[in-house]
Amino acid sequence: MRVRGLFRNSVLMLGFVFLYAPIVSMIFFSFNNSRLVTVWDAVNSPTLKWYVVLFKNEAILGAAWLSIKIAALSASGAVVLGTLAGLSLARFGKFRGRALLSVMITAPLVMPEVITGLSMLLLFVALEQLTGWPEGRGILTIIFAHITFSMAYVTVVVQSRLASFDCSLEEVALDLGARPVTVFWRITLPIIFPAVLSGWLLAFTLSWDDVVISQFVSGPGSTTLPMIVYSKVRLGVSPDINALASVMLLIVALCVVLSTYYIKRIEQRRVAEALMVRSEEL
Amino acid sequence: MSSRQSNLKTEYVRIEGVSKQFGSFSAVDNVSLSIYKGEIFCLLGGSGCGKTTLLRILAGFETPSVGRILIDGQDMTDTPPFKRPVNMMFQSYALFPHMSVEKNIAFGLEQEGIARNEVQRRVAEMLDIVKLSEFTRRKPHQLSGGQRQRVALARSLVKKPKLLLLDEPLAALDRKLREHTQFELINLQEQLGVTFIVVTHDQEEAMTLGSRIGVMNKGRIVQVGTPTEIYEYPNSCFVADFIGSVNMFKGKLIEDEPGYVRIACPELDVNVFVSHGISSAPDVGLNVAIRPEKIDMTRTAPMQKENFTQGIVKEIAYMGDISMYLVQIPSGKMVRVTIPNIERQVDERISWEESVYLSWQSSSPVVLSQ
Amino acid sequence: MGGVCLFILAVVQSSGPLTVNGRRIVIAWPFIWLLLFFIIPFLIVFKISFSEARLAIPPVAPLFEWVSSTKNFVLTLSFNNYLFLFSDALYINTFFYSIKVAAVSTFWCLLLGYPMAYAISRADPVRRNLYLMLIILPFWTSFLLRVYAWVGLLKTDGLINNFLLNLRLIDEPLTLLYTDFAVYVGIVYSYLPFMILPLYSNLEKHDLSLLEAADDLGAHPITAFFKITLPLSISGIVAGSLLVFIPAVGEFVIPSLLGRSDQLMIGTVLTNEFFSNRDWPVASAVAIALLLFLLAPIKIFQYYQDRETEAAL
Repeated sequence: MRVRGLFRNSVLMLGFVFLYAPIVSMIFFSFNNSRLVTVWDAVNSPTLKWYVVLFKNEAILGAAWLSIKIAALSASGAVVLGTLAGLSLARFGKFRGRALLSVMITAPLVMPEVITGLSMLLLFVALEQLTGWPEGRGILTIIFAHITFSMAYVTVVVQSRLASFDCSLEEVALDLGARPVTVFWRITLPIIFPAVLSGWLLAFTLSWDDVVISQFVSGPGSTTLPMIVYSKVRLGVSPDINALASVMLLIVALCVVLSTYYIKRIEQRRVAEALMVRSEEL
Repeated sequence: MSSRQSNLKTEYVRIEGVSKQFGSFSAVDNVSLSIYKGEIFCLLGGSGCGKTTLLRILAGFETPSVGRILIDGQDMTDTPPFKRPVNMMFQSYALFPHMSVEKNIAFGLEQEGIARNEVQRRVAEMLDIVKLSEFTRRKPHQLSGGQRQRVALARSLVKKPKLLLLDEPLAALDRKLREHTQFELINLQEQLGVTFIVVTHDQEEAMTLGSRIGVMNKGRIVQVGTPTEIYEYPNSCFVADFIGSVNMFKGKLIEDEPGYVRIACPELDVNVFVSHGISSAPDVGLNVAIRPEKIDMTRTAPMQKENFTQGIVKEIAYMGDISMYLVQIPSGKMVRVTIPNIERQVDERISWEESVYLSWQSSSPVVLSQ
Repeated sequence: MGGVCLFILAVVQSSGPLTVNGRRIVIAWPFIWLLLFFIIPFLIVFKISFSEARLAIPPVAPLFEWVSSTKNFVLTLSFNNYLFLFSDALYINTFFYSIKVAAVSTFWCLLLGYPMAYAISRADPVRRNLYLMLIILPFWTSFLLRVYAWVGLLKTDGLINNFLLNLRLIDEPLTLLYTDFAVYVGIVYSYLPFMILPLYSNLEKHDLSLLEAADDLGAHPITAFFKITLPLSISGIVAGSLLVFIPAVGEFVIPSLLGRSDQLMIGTVLTNEFFSNRDWPVASAVAIALLLFLLAPIKIFQYYQDRETEAAL
């Protein structure tokens, strides 16, 4: 038993070192005074100068704001469509076109981004030729492309949540006289809400993170943050990117800590309630 | 009891030639059935016999492939569940986890657009009936199993349905609680005068609850009758074997008179004299079924000239209130006999390897065609 | 999007009591969307892959053209793009190189991911959630920045070389960056969560009493692992591996930041053809060829995905 425990712990240690070493090194060197990312300037460090550089960079701040807007909008669109798709696949049994829908949901999960990006761009070009819409490429085309590739992830999350919860809850609501739409809003949605929310967060991250597809379907004036970062890092290392990474990590970590704390509180309340019921039964 | 009797015979639900196919599998096969107003009708059968599918067809969750459903004279076959005057209680109770007890019960009334204070009044009334008034604000996960069952019942009854469908209503409760709840359920049904259709796999439950029982097998209704009819006069080997336990002997008709019959049973070594006529063709192979509790087991030879045989006790299962004996008769067949443990003295009871006489009254055997 | 939401609600409500109609509308939204933005684009790519390039906007000759001299539609189907792909050693070479890189990376991903997923699934529940959080956490930070972090580590004067030099394990810095090795590391690093999560969700569902039964029947824990746990987790292994392999074949960012400059991957070739050479037909032909190759793995992935409704993420 002890041998196995040791094995497991060392595997996890190794894995987590691999996962976190690059991130930690990035945070560490964001406080380095030297322009050379990897040489620690012990005399003048730590310093916040790269953070100052970062927050003075209008282009980066503007792109970040644009990326947030695009990510929020496309995540919302993806959540609506993905929830409907998840609902169809998990609840409607066999229907015509089910096989095709399920292919169209699974394929984007693994489709190489270059293919998705290229095909979306060619679609927009063809559409513009045929209908005059969309006029050129820009924020709108990025949002449409992001909705398309991230809704599959939302679908998967929502579908697996629906699969694990009892259909009879919805049936009993129908039985009590609620119309299907009422059942959705009052029973299904509240119960799967955590999954919908995590689907939204997932879609937000996917959009926020995407560089390849954006590169294909963006136009003038729609440079997202990952695109700027990509063009910067392609030219070599630059310390203000380290600062940017640290800031992003801080935000994410903060969100995670807060939500973990919140979930923990709910769980504690549940445990207390369960104990109460048990003591009453005795 | 009297109220139940008087209500009988007014047809309320009519199932007309209903079949349901899932692919090539017939879950329900040409079922026709009438259910009377105010009765508790139990659909009894093993798992996969189609009883739950039939219930779901009644609730409107499945549409029959063939046939019609009439409730109170109206064709309901294609009516969606939310428009049927029928409510269902699910086996899992299906309580909305995100709503309090009160909200759960009020849900159905809110769908009818009933005024808020009226909803509150009726919910409070219902909570009172099921004795849950102290738990209004609790969520389902804060309730015990029995309380959950009562919330589910209250929720389906608050809309005052004419017909309540119950899918294994007691299966999730432990044994002690189940017995108590059975009688509560009957009282409630009499109090409210609602027609109940109960699906169950538990024959004891069906016998206690049901004013009538429909036994199902492989998608078909094989027998409909009162609990006594089903138990004492099963119409097929399946029913006789499914309800309670039974000793079955193959036989052949040798005397066929309107008032009595005599059947030769090689397995039993003796001819069986049955004091009632049967309606079977003489040459057909028959089965004689005798319930274990209807066989007398004695150390001395019985007074009667017929309907007895001899055997050796091979197994004894002591079950507290009764003991079950397996007695081997000369043909080698084992006969099951149950004897109530009336006296406490253990040493007087018949023991292993004792030679005994088995006898039965001429009215006890049931003659069944193959 | 709130507007869209309200609109859908309005449409669904107006559909009335018929459940079937309501369902059709629910299905129709994602269905039509994906048809328009996912399937039709492929048809367009397919079409363009048979066109000739020309100097115009867009730089593609139409397949059907109205020829005024003959007063007729003329269909110009060109297989030149595909012939070009198969005649040029560059394309075949990059294609096989991409598959090799993806396969090697997937192998290492599995080798690292399986023990981790196993260890997490056998940890006690409180720790399990913490570990899972730690696996997913890097995923929420920028993928691009995480790949970039490796540049700093792998450079000639980077952290790893400095570390090894200081320990006097090596005398002169190793060439780590801009090598195959760097690409493997980048892919394994970026895709590891995609390997671990499906494996975990599979391993976590195993009935541990099976192992107890094996133990009881006298099997050594290692035998029990190879005879019971491993065969039962095949579907997780397949799902995780394909979730890494398929996107990795077309990977673009990682090789362009960490990889060799003398050996491109297919994703980079496609992008170059499209943006630098402005040869849309050849880029399309590359995309179609890649897609055709990936069709079988995608199909297998879908089979396992459907089987394990408990999904990857």
